[in-house]
Amino acid sequence: MFKHTKKLFAFLAALSLLFVYACEPGGNQGSKGKSKTLKQTQKKGFVRCGVSQGLPGFSNADAAGNWTGVDVDVCRAVAAAVLGDASKVKYTPLSAKERFTALTSGEIDILSRNTTWTLSRDADIGLTFVGVNFYDGQGFMVRKNSGMTSVNDFKNGISACTNIGTTTELNMRDFFNSRGISYEPVAFEKADEVVAAYDSGRCDTYTTDKSGLAAQRTKMSNPDDHIVLPETISKEPLGPVVRQGDSVWEDIVRWSLNVMIEAEEYGVNSSNADSMTSSENPAIKRLVGAEGELGAAFGLDNEWSLRIIKQVGNYGESYKRNIADTGILPDRGPNQLWTKGGILYVPPAR
Amino acid sequence: MSKINFLKPDKSNLNTFLYLGLFLFFFSILDVFLNSFFSLNLTSFLPGFLSFVFPLLLGFVGLYFIRIELSGIKQLDIFNKNINTNNFNAILSLVIIFVIIKSTPPLLSWFVIDASFAGDTKDVCTGSGACWTYIKVWIRRFMYGMYPNAEQWRINLSFIALAALGCVGYFATNRFKKYLTLYYVVIYPIIAFIFIYFFISGGAFGLDWVETGAWGGLSLTFIISFFCLIFCFPIGMAFALGRRSEFPLIRYISIGFIEFWRGVPLITVLFMSAVMFPMFLPQDFFIDKLVRAIIAISLFEAAYVAEVIRGGLQALPRGQYEASKSLGMGYWKMHIFVILPQALKLVIPGIANTFLALVKDTPLIFVVGLLEIVGMLNLAKTNPKWLGFAMEGYVFAAIIFWIICYAMSKYSYNLEQKYKTDR
Amino acid sequence: MNFKLKDIVPQLITVLAVVIIFGFFTYNAQVNMDSRGIDFGYGFLSQESSFDVQFSLIEYDGSHSYFRAYLVGLLNTILVSVIGIILATILGVIVGVSRLSPNYLINKFAAFYVEFFRNIPLLLQIFFWYFAALRALPLPQDAEPIFGISFLTIKGLFVPAFIWENFNIFFYSVVAAIISIIVIRIHAKKVQESHGKQMPVLLISIGLILILPLLSFLIGGVKLSFEVPVLKQLATTSFIYEGGVSLPPELIALTLSLSLYTATFIAECVRAGIQGVGKGQKEAAASIGLTPNQVLKLVIMPQALRIIIPPTTNQYLNLTKNSSLAAAIAYPDLVLVFAGTALMQTGKAIEIVSITMLTYLSLSVSISILMNWYNKKIAIQEK
Repeated sequence: MFKHTKKLFAFLAALSLLFVYACEPGGNQGSKGKSKTLKQTQKKGFVRCGVSQGLPGFSNADAAGNWTGVDVDVCRAVAAAVLGDASKVKYTPLSAKERFTALTSGEIDILSRNTTWTLSRDADIGLTFVGVNFYDGQGFMVRKNSGMTSVNDFKNGISACTNIGTTTELNMRDFFNSRGISYEPVAFEKADEVVAAYDSGRCDTYTTDKSGLAAQRTKMSNPDDHIVLPETISKEPLGPVVRQGDSVWEDIVRWSLNVMIEAEEYGVNSSNADSMTSSENPAIKRLVGAEGELGAAFGLDNEWSLRIIKQVGNYGESYKRNIADTGILPDRGPNQLWTKGGILYVPPAR
Repeated sequence: MSKINFLKPDKSNLNTFLYLGLFLFFFSILDVFLNSFFSLNLTSFLPGFLSFVFPLLLGFVGLYFIRIELSGIKQLDIFNKNINTNNFNAILSLVIIFVIIKSTPPLLSWFVIDASFAGDTKDVCTGSGACWTYIKVWIRRFMYGMYPNAEQWRINLSFIALAALGCVGYFATNRFKKYLTLYYVVIYPIIAFIFIYFFISGGAFGLDWVETGAWGGLSLTFIISFFCLIFCFPIGMAFALGRRSEFPLIRYISIGFIEFWRGVPLITVLFMSAVMFPMFLPQDFFIDKLVRAIIAISLFEAAYVAEVIRGGLQALPRGQYEASKSLGMGYWKMHIFVILPQALKLVIPGIANTFLALVKDTPLIFVVGLLEIVGMLNLAKTNPKWLGFAMEGYVFAAIIFWIICYAMSKYSYNLEQKYKTDR
Repeated sequence: MNFKLKDIVPQLITVLAVVIIFGFFTYNAQVNMDSRGIDFGYGFLSQESSFDVQFSLIEYDGSHSYFRAYLVGLLNTILVSVIGIILATILGVIVGVSRLSPNYLINKFAAFYVEFFRNIPLLLQIFFWYFAALRALPLPQDAEPIFGISFLTIKGLFVPAFIWENFNIFFYSVVAAIISIIVIRIHAKKVQESHGKQMPVLLISIGLILILPLLSFLIGGVKLSFEVPVLKQLATTSFIYEGGVSLPPELIALTLSLSLYTATFIAECVRAGIQGVGKGQKEAAASIGLTPNQVLKLVIMPQALRIIIPPTTNQYLNLTKNSSLAAAIAYPDLVLVFAGTALMQTGKAIEIVSITMLTYLSLSVSISILMNWYNKKIAIQEK
């Protein structure tokens, strides 16, 4: 009988496994109706935002624990739109390794961490990029006294420090391979360790997005000893990311960012936003919610865009406050409105 | 005075050899001492290499002269037996003494003499010694992590309260002794959990909520070690019993569990908890980072505890099992009252070892994103205002860990001596 | 019907509980993966990896597959483990024997070493060596040559490379020497058991291992030359050594800390083993006229080894598992390359972590099986 008992158990086990695989579970939420993430956020009372572990200009905490930066401002905009108060955000510092899993696992709802938008990231790992808040490119930093003034000065055997698991690592390889230079990649998980390795002389060059180079330089022992080489070797569109499967939440984040950019386009800023509700321009009126029912599409009230502009400011104000005035990158480069020679061109809010 | 043969020290010319040998021996030590502490080179008239070897030669000759067997002087005999048994030992002893003397001044100067203690900013640390100012400024972060300064009294209070409650067993009168096991296994963990949940974490009764991501430093080390120990012990015990069970299915499941957790490194287990675990839970169900880490480490250590306890169970003679059965005790009664008390006494060193390993493994939780003391060190050493003080930080953490672990191993040794019952 | 309900019920409950738990996890994973649009599969292993690795024993660059990246990581782990095991054993035996020395100073020194390195977490030691000690090394241009041919710098240890001509002849000679040593040992054992005579096996072995390869040099046409590292200037202040073999500081820090740490445990095992042999053995052996060397070789060591080897093998296993801490410094071992970079690039968390854990598991299980076989072979047959 014992023999039969074993068989019985095996059959039961197989049956339960079969049952599990037979069930094809459905999607995240219904076709229409409020987003699950939105509901949870409103219930919790704060937006869960994943940021970097300290990158001046993008997401950096001061001694008192206050976070500032252009990435931080994206989350604040969403909080202003969804909860009415831009300060209702909980920031979770993440390394490059944990950033995506924190998002897919539900630990955070927005990843605003100067993440490059690539095909594989968009398609393969269950995430959706909702826009670009900073157009950037990858560059190299070297010591001033090394005598190198351009990437053409790189010779065989050079050692390059970077972060693990980033597009930087892949682009670096493509770059050196295309020029036939043999190099030594030294890759760490934490940005601080990469900077320390480069600073101590372990590596000859430090490579990441140029905005990151400029920001990290402020944290080195002698910032003036280092220069960023002029060449840009890749496209790095940095933007916020959300989980795949909640399309309404995607739209909320996407349009919060777009509103900020469009506000600058129409000259609406945090000081004059209220007066703009009685503007002559119907586009402006729609933008600040004085006209139309745009908020209802997301399940929000109509003042959502007005709150964003009033509490966080438009894109230009955010950039100036965080990146230009702190001396990191005074020149906006491609991050300027299309009407002023840059490439910020967002769909209209109507 | 009989003929002195300098190649064969013997008792007849005891005094000569003794005084000569001791003089040479101490002179060599003095030479090295002056050289390292005061940079005085007594033998500078000799060429470089010879000057280096000279004290060694002198000391060796001195010890050779002293090596008189059965000299009759008690101290000399003890000295000879311990340090000077033959040429090889003599040279080794000399080398060790010289190494100790030579390494003391640089260590002393780095640790104390040239070190900076006062002040608040980096500019104070101009000397070539250690910058203990750095530790002083960051000490709160190293102890409490990012926990807000104003709320740190809550952690202090909780630890003092829990420590006091933990020592209750020592003061218990005989009347309460039989409730001790129940207290330690059930009530104490519940109290600890309540403290952690309501007091340290807060969020109720007017206390600010501090999220677990902000916990860190040495207090986090203690919290994790404590909770992992509480959880891994019963789980390990269950699996140890399961592995020795007569039921084949239970036995195989236990073996599978134990071998699985023992075969993988802790860092991959923590990766799994950080990366895979959330996938295995329903969508709305979000478990805190700290809880995930504690569960992962507890399961991991439970496998090791299971093996240790199994060793103890195996060491018991079969007579115990048979006698209990003959008294009519069932499986559980037998184990709770007869087998486990004896087995646990046997494996106290093993369990203490496992707990020590647990404490030493806590720095690995940087994988999950939590920063205990080593993590805080790494964070502090890259702060732009305090670059370049990695060494001081690591030495500080090493001293703290060393004190904790050494104290624990000594305590477990004492415990083992105390509970050594003759079987 | 010879099964009792009380036998079946506990097992039934346990199995049901296990099945329910596993089923629950699988179901949730299924739901989560579907809603995120992630699919499950091991096909990514044949995709191009597109990232380079700093240090690799086999030919590898970004155009190779993820599977090859896995092999690179695995080989790096094995490299660190093997070097670490060798160093730890040598150091551990020395320290363990010193702990038993009657010389007071040596005894206490060894005890100090063991207590010191045992009570500090391994991760802290690794960090110390890598971030504090090795970062203080000089830049390549300022480095002092060791013996004139090696350089210890912040970018690594540069040693001369061996350039072989007809390496295979040398290799065969070494293999032949080892085989002949084994044969002679078996023969010596037979001679001892049948006649009681002892052959000087150690001397013969040393002779063989020295003479046969030497012969290969003299008459086999094997030549060995060295390629000394040469300083090359990359830029005004940036130099590197070209030629020779470069050992990255990550590897050095990891091997050093692993060896120092594990040596303490091995020292304790050795001490316990030698102390575990009863005093009576030594006295009895001396009383039948064996010389001290013979006592050590024929009586003490075999018995001590029986006590030493199982826990020591456990320590070897621990060392291999602890080498996974390389993920904290930038040494490209299995965890960093595969469960680090590859995982981040592909996002296939479950597949990659499961492969990594399975690799370590198979390593542990195979060594455990070997250990069990060895234990059974040398176990004292109790009456």
